[in-house]
Amino acid sequence: MSSTAITPAPVPLGRRLKRFMADRPLIPLVILLVILVVILQILRPGIVNERWIANTIKFAIPLAILAGCQTMTMLTGGIDLSVGTVATMSAFIMATQVVNQDPAVAFLLAMMPAVLIGLVNGIGVGVFRVHPLIMTLGTSLIGTGCLQVYQRTVIASGAKIPDFLAWLGTGVTYGFPNALLLFVPLAALIIFTLARTGFGRLLYAVGDNERATRLSGVQYWQVITALYITSSVLAGITGLLYIGLIKAPSLSLAEPLVLPSVAAAVIGGTSIFGGRGGYTGTIIGALILTVLTTLLTILQMPEGARRILFGLIVLFVTAAYLRIVEER
Amino acid sequence: MSHFLRRQGWVTGLFALLIVLFIATKLIQPGYGSGDFGSLARAVLPYAFAVAAQTVVVIAGGIDLSVAAMMALTSVTAASMMAGASEEYALFVVPFVLAMGFVLGALNGLLIVVTRVPDIVVTLAMLFVLQGAALLVLGAPGGGAAEWLKAMISGTVPIPGLPDTIDAWLPKALLVLVVCLCIVWIPLRRSRLGLSIYAIGSSELAAFRSGVPVARTRIIAYALSGLFAAMGGLALTMSTGIGAPIPGPYLLASVAAVVLGGVALGGGKGGLLGPIVAVFVLRLVRTDLTLLAIDPNVTAIIEGLIMVAVVMFGAFITMRGRQ
Repeated sequence: MSSTAITPAPVPLGRRLKRFMADRPLIPLVILLVILVVILQILRPGIVNERWIANTIKFAIPLAILAGCQTMTMLTGGIDLSVGTVATMSAFIMATQVVNQDPAVAFLLAMMPAVLIGLVNGIGVGVFRVHPLIMTLGTSLIGTGCLQVYQRTVIASGAKIPDFLAWLGTGVTYGFPNALLLFVPLAALIIFTLARTGFGRLLYAVGDNERATRLSGVQYWQVITALYITSSVLAGITGLLYIGLIKAPSLSLAEPLVLPSVAAAVIGGTSIFGGRGGYTGTIIGALILTVLTTLLTILQMPEGARRILFGLIVLFVTAAYLRIVEER
Repeated sequence: MSHFLRRQGWVTGLFALLIVLFIATKLIQPGYGSGDFGSLARAVLPYAFAVAAQTVVVIAGGIDLSVAAMMALTSVTAASMMAGASEEYALFVVPFVLAMGFVLGALNGLLIVVTRVPDIVVTLAMLFVLQGAALLVLGAPGGGAAEWLKAMISGTVPIPGLPDTIDAWLPKALLVLVVCLCIVWIPLRRSRLGLSIYAIGSSELAAFRSGVPVARTRIIAYALSGLFAAMGGLALTMSTGIGAPIPGPYLLASVAAVVLGGVALGGGKGGLLGPIVAVFVLRLVRTDLTLLAIDPNVTAIIEGLIMVAVVMFGAFITMRGRQ
């Protein structure tokens, strides 16, 4: 009969699920997020309310921006581990310089190390071809050293958090965190850049096939340098936002965000090998991690266990994506 | 002789650099003597083991980002087990910690082979995991170390029949380092396994087609790396008397020393001697900066700059070699 020819052979459920996840990675992510929120609600009935949502978003935003740095660098097959140090530096410099300087001057001073570190990262990765991981780790060590030296020069002047940053970081207007004012345009810009502009296309192209990209006339080092400077500047902005949220300048302010930012980008479906992924998934990944952190805190899981969990997430998700790509 | 020099040219150059640095040190600080050399050897110890750990995997064509975290975990494990325990108990702790490093290293290799995720991602994930585990073992720096372990790396080696002046230049830490490295490295270098490690680093496909068990060799290379890292962790506990759950700057230092030591980051080339000499060079630079009365934080910056420059230079050389 011809009916066998018309109806396609039944595909095993597992394969279909994999195909589905590969085609629409956002849907399973949103489902996962909802499941986590439901678990939270079951464990602590009544916790999920308007205030909790605003709070979660507030804490997810710095993570999401840093994860955006990871997303963009990962698209080219790289990674940026210096984001934590850069964010800390700009936050610390802002908080200490604003005591004696005009806020605008303090802002420019705060963004200077970010641009510089991004430039060094870009040259190291793009021109000298150091592995991004090693390169950014090195610049972050140097940055931390510089910050320690800097700290002693300003120890007398003290620090304060500019009111504007505190308003942006912690304030809530009509139930919406003010940080969204910064984040929504920023996220839109990143998504637009990645999907619609030449620079975004170049990032995907470099990550997908670097050799082919170079042979077709792209100046590899220029793309990479621009990328790492962008990533560093974003990290610097995150630092300013984060200091407004945490309100306690310290030398390890944003360091705890580095591992989760990598994990958020990986969960969001960006391939650590380059060429695949996008920012929308990363944002949901950051939300998932923030909710997960709340969940782990409620379960009284210690910091160590949390790090182990993040490590395992990165490993398993990467392995899973590798399988999906191979099956095609 | 000329053949030897050509093959070992890089290491010979490093030795020359080391001697130049020693002379410079003596010029900066005329009082630099055997005691200072002893403290240099003690300071080098954990770095040297970290570098040895990195060297094995780099020769096998991989990279291990979890070295520093592994050292932190083994160090806190040793310190927390020995805290308040009897001196004899440490006799059990040492082999236990070494075995732990070996097994965790093997786990690194196994995950790379089984999941087929690149080594850099697997060891990065393991870095998170091991760091977390270290925090679970010991939340804050603490623990203890057996007295005989601490004594093992302090002081000098008394050799009968040797005048004290020469004897003073033989710190125990140096002896511990040489013995520990040689026990593992020399038999390895002479065995079929050692050859296989070089083979898979040189060309995995060629090694596979020549019948080298690539997967097994890779797992063993990572296991040996874990073993060296565990030695490094023990060295940390021995020199400080406690364990700290936060990994030190050993990862970048190990990569820099491997590159400076003439081991190609692509794999298959180099030996253990070069990187070890390179560690001494890097540490001695630090000593000199300290002797020049430069602020320790500035020293850290300069050290970081040197390491980044070395890594950049190494990457540049590798790129040139490929073209």
